[in-house]
Amino acid sequence: MTEPLGSTPSQTVGPFLSIGLPWADGPDVVPEGTTGAVRIAGTLTDGAGAPVPDGLIEIWQADPAGRFTHPDDPRGPVDSGFRGFGRCATDAAGGFWFRTVKPGTLPCEGDLAEAPHLDVSVFARGMLHRLVTRVYFPDEAAANAADPVLRDLDAAERALLTALPQPDGTLRFDIRLQAGADGPETPFFAV
Amino acid sequence: MTPVDLPPGYRADPSGTHPPMDFAGYGSTALRHPTRPLHVLPHRLTELTGPLFGNERVLPGEDDLTRWNGGEAVGQRIVVHGRVLDGDGRPVPNTLVEVWQANAGGRYRHVADQWPAPLDPYFGGGGRVSTGADGSYRFTTIRPGAYPWRNHLNAWRPAHIHFSVFGRSFTQRLVTQMYFPDDPLFFQDPIFNSVPDPQARARMISAYDHDATTDHWALGFRWDIVLRGREQTPFESEPDDD
Repeated sequence: MTEPLGSTPSQTVGPFLSIGLPWADGPDVVPEGTTGAVRIAGTLTDGAGAPVPDGLIEIWQADPAGRFTHPDDPRGPVDSGFRGFGRCATDAAGGFWFRTVKPGTLPCEGDLAEAPHLDVSVFARGMLHRLVTRVYFPDEAAANAADPVLRDLDAAERALLTALPQPDGTLRFDIRLQAGADGPETPFFAV
Repeated sequence: MTPVDLPPGYRADPSGTHPPMDFAGYGSTALRHPTRPLHVLPHRLTELTGPLFGNERVLPGEDDLTRWNGGEAVGQRIVVHGRVLDGDGRPVPNTLVEVWQANAGGRYRHVADQWPAPLDPYFGGGGRVSTGADGSYRFTTIRPGAYPWRNHLNAWRPAHIHFSVFGRSFTQRLVTQMYFPDDPLFFQDPIFNSVPDPQARARMISAYDHDATTDHWALGFRWDIVLRGREQTPFESEPDDD
């Protein structure tokens, strides 16, 4: 085997990402009017609790049946037309949102199963590398309790990764880049 | 639930390949880095898959940043090309590459950019291309200018083009910056120098490419982007049956 090539390093997305990255349909993982659609929204804040107005949040997820339109899914790819991806630049108040549907439970090794979740990437000026976190769903208590990723976290961290239902049906998921006097930071993952 | 045999995951990059989240020289990292250690996320289905965006996200003309708003941008016309590869040298075909940059005077078309270099009415600064079957990409643009910022006294960003690449999986997602050879501003730039390994740092610098330079038209620069390679596939060395 030949010597592997070294990866290109990460660099910050910088303050001007809105020139190149936002898409008009970015937050629409599913089109408006999709059955079962849910709005996921939150605020991106820094270690002082201040909003991050120049960030970008991306999500990636399985479809409601727990399948991916991707050839590396060992169960075989499906072509459900499900995009699975969302992208939203934060607004002046650090806010972001997505319209999506809850993904299915995912099989993994042994008799384990991953609870429905979204993988999340966070980019911003002042971040030299993305941060990765996950959104879990509040109405999946049993699946969440058995999830192999959540199981390794403490109760406070599990709570921070579980979206909070709001009276209007929105699922709230705030992302805090750094702990501060007024709150803990979001648990982040190395992938 | 029926268990699955997960395909091989992606190799971790050697230490020093990527910048730390907390880098004293770059002031904006101070309040934007986590203080707790990252949890390890094993590569399972969501991490092994990812959005496979390609050509369907690219509009005609988005590979040429020099023509925008009905006119021709001012500056040194350049062609930037290269390949998107994985760590084993395999091309990453049909993957979306998004770029954005300052104009020839170092000014971004953005309300937050107050640096008093003129905006160019014919330069937007954003472009998109998709890689071909061999992982190659190519776009035409203007060589961006350097520009000052407030990080430290007399701080100037070396000329650079921002790149966003999806690759084949969530795990391969990369946002980075391409630099130009022999830039005299490297020594004082904390963003460039935040990459600990000097060899990794050098991989962010494009090469002048005379073969891609077009007579009386544009200078050529070549830059390959390498995304993480995969752990060894057990079946890889077996001969094909068909």
